[in-house]
Amino acid sequence: MKLTGAEIFVECLKREGVDIIFGYPGGAVLPIYDEIFKKNYFRHILVRHEQAALHAANGYARVSGKCGVALVTSGPGATNAVTGLADSYMDSIPTVCFSGQVPTHMIGNDAFQEADTVGITRSATKHNFLVKHVEDLALTIRQAFHIATTGRPGPVLIDIPKDVGIASCEFRYPETVNMRSYKPVTKGHHGQIKRAIKMMLASRRPIFYTGGGINSARGSAELLTRLARKLNFPVTQTLMGLGGVPCDDKHFLGMLGMHGTYEANMAVSHCDLLIAIGARFDDRVTGKIEAFAPEAKIIHVDVDPSSISKNVHAHLPIVGDVKVVLGQMLDALKTANTKPNAEALKVWWHQIEEWRARDCLHFDQDMDGSIKPQFVISKLHELTKGDAIIATEVGQHQMWAAQHYGFKKPHRWITSGGLGTMGFGLPAAIGAQIAEPKATVIDIAGDASIQMSIQELSTAMQHKLPVIVAIINNSYMGMVRQWQEMFYESRYSHSYCDSLPDFVKLAEAYGGKGLRAEKPGDVETVIKQALANRDTFTVIDFVVTKEENVYPMVPAGAGLSEMVLA
Amino acid sequence: MRHTITVLVENEFGVLTRIAGLFSARGYNIENLNVAPTLDASMSRMTLVTRGDEHVIEQIKKQLNKLIPVIKTEDLTRQEHMEREMILIKVRASEDTRAEVLRMADVFRANVVDVSESSYTLELTGKARKLDAFLRMLEPNGVIEMTRTGPVGMRRGAEGFTVDDD
Repeated sequence: MKLTGAEIFVECLKREGVDIIFGYPGGAVLPIYDEIFKKNYFRHILVRHEQAALHAANGYARVSGKCGVALVTSGPGATNAVTGLADSYMDSIPTVCFSGQVPTHMIGNDAFQEADTVGITRSATKHNFLVKHVEDLALTIRQAFHIATTGRPGPVLIDIPKDVGIASCEFRYPETVNMRSYKPVTKGHHGQIKRAIKMMLASRRPIFYTGGGINSARGSAELLTRLARKLNFPVTQTLMGLGGVPCDDKHFLGMLGMHGTYEANMAVSHCDLLIAIGARFDDRVTGKIEAFAPEAKIIHVDVDPSSISKNVHAHLPIVGDVKVVLGQMLDALKTANTKPNAEALKVWWHQIEEWRARDCLHFDQDMDGSIKPQFVISKLHELTKGDAIIATEVGQHQMWAAQHYGFKKPHRWITSGGLGTMGFGLPAAIGAQIAEPKATVIDIAGDASIQMSIQELSTAMQHKLPVIVAIINNSYMGMVRQWQEMFYESRYSHSYCDSLPDFVKLAEAYGGKGLRAEKPGDVETVIKQALANRDTFTVIDFVVTKEENVYPMVPAGAGLSEMVLA
Repeated sequence: MRHTITVLVENEFGVLTRIAGLFSARGYNIENLNVAPTLDASMSRMTLVTRGDEHVIEQIKKQLNKLIPVIKTEDLTRQEHMEREMILIKVRASEDTRAEVLRMADVFRANVVDVSESSYTLELTGKARKLDAFLRMLEPNGVIEMTRTGPVGMRRGAEGFTVDDD
């Protein structure tokens, strides 16, 4: 059967099980958009800026467990998408982005809306393709989804010139993908697993340090929780790993790193065995690298071999899918003839409890004073029973959300961890809401960040998405201001947000509901009102203490044990 | 330390840019890069010369393997191997020096590939150090220009470097 490139596109996506696309049309993708209209195989969510299409696909992928799909036009469409691609790349989120391109005979001629998209996105994607012949399209799409969703997941871009969408060829769908140059290892080496178990059982002060890999590998969170409970080992998680074990499990010490908890950072600094799983020893996690887990032997489990021993030397590397490896560890534990060192663990836990007793995240809310940001986050947790899907922008509010929300399940926390993209949260929340229409989805935002993708309120309105945007409004780029206060003698160079819009009126202008809380007593009321509104999006403007800082904090370049508590 | 890494890649559009881009993006240095076809037309073979400590070389290999079109890599420096490189040198040759240049070419077993009234162009294949020495010996005569390929290399012995050998 002969099909056009555009027909092949929709057929292939249908067979990949795609039911949602986030996109924005334009000249070079018109043949594809026309086919989407005619076939009506999947739902298309029109965003208001291409960057948002990628962030929405990211949020959708994290919640649904499927590959996120975006479609943008050539030139500015593709360049606008770059930040979203780079964001998904840093956080290893499976997305496939299709970009239109000028017709093949015009490539290189500086044609209207031409950009070297494959060149520009090469370092912002796991892989990318330019399809020059319609005959290659089906296989390329198949390979793109395969690459995006296997191994260490990530974004893949396919650039499709306009004439490739129009040209036709015999359609043959490749049922299987076999790439000799790309074969990710999933199963951990048997001998290494045995050695790891031996080290774990012999350790006296162990700790699990787990990252985004636990959220990527579906089903691994449950295995991790089981393993930690069985061994009675403490667990700390990176920003990307939150939700890996329930926040109320006593084995959970909270997040580690720059704004991690005292107990997590002290435990890492004093442990004799660090079991890193699906984490990559990011500088925001390790602080001064020489002072990171100085007494520990390190086991590192990761599906990406290049993550192992990149920043910190691993004494025992295990390459494999974290879910598979955790399963192998649980199995190996069954047949092991020794038990964890209960005596030593008792002493270790006693020490950890002493650290935990410092209650480093404590804050006082004066009910007659201004609203504390932490109070808002705690109330959000309380009123949603810790079960909402939380997206964030980037900055202080993001750290407070990570510290104070408390996740009971994986795949409920959608934040831009690696790239730190302001403007990520709202479109990501939109993607999350589409993946789970019934869920409560909250974008915890800052007054500065939210303005970087504010136009997406229009998308939320169009698709009747009851996303809640909780703006922690301190009239500053809070994190920039905090660093200026701490390290630049309070010279607040351009970090004050003057001329903020009236967020309540702005919400109303877009057709949604706008609420404001100015006193601590208002917080609960407005959150309840927002949760009750399922007809439109809601923006809540929380007017909070202006110069609150995020603590605890490890200053940049210091070791984890040199925390500033408040 | 200097390492020679050989890489088998899919013979497709943009592979060279991906590899060059990887080195610049991650701040690795690259002294030489050679790309050539293999017996199997669907693949190319690259020889890379780079410098770094053990940790850096390990990362370079891992990062190369992470690129989708890279089929396999091998650090030749860790193996019994040979390396060869070719140089073309255009050297001034006047009445007085012509015989001396030819004598030098003879000593190094270089070939004369082009002659003009005032120059010789010589070709020499060998290890980098031999090429360096040859160039040094000719310099007093006046080298007009030179170009060299950078090394290519392979393991010694009967074993090949193909997709299936692991």
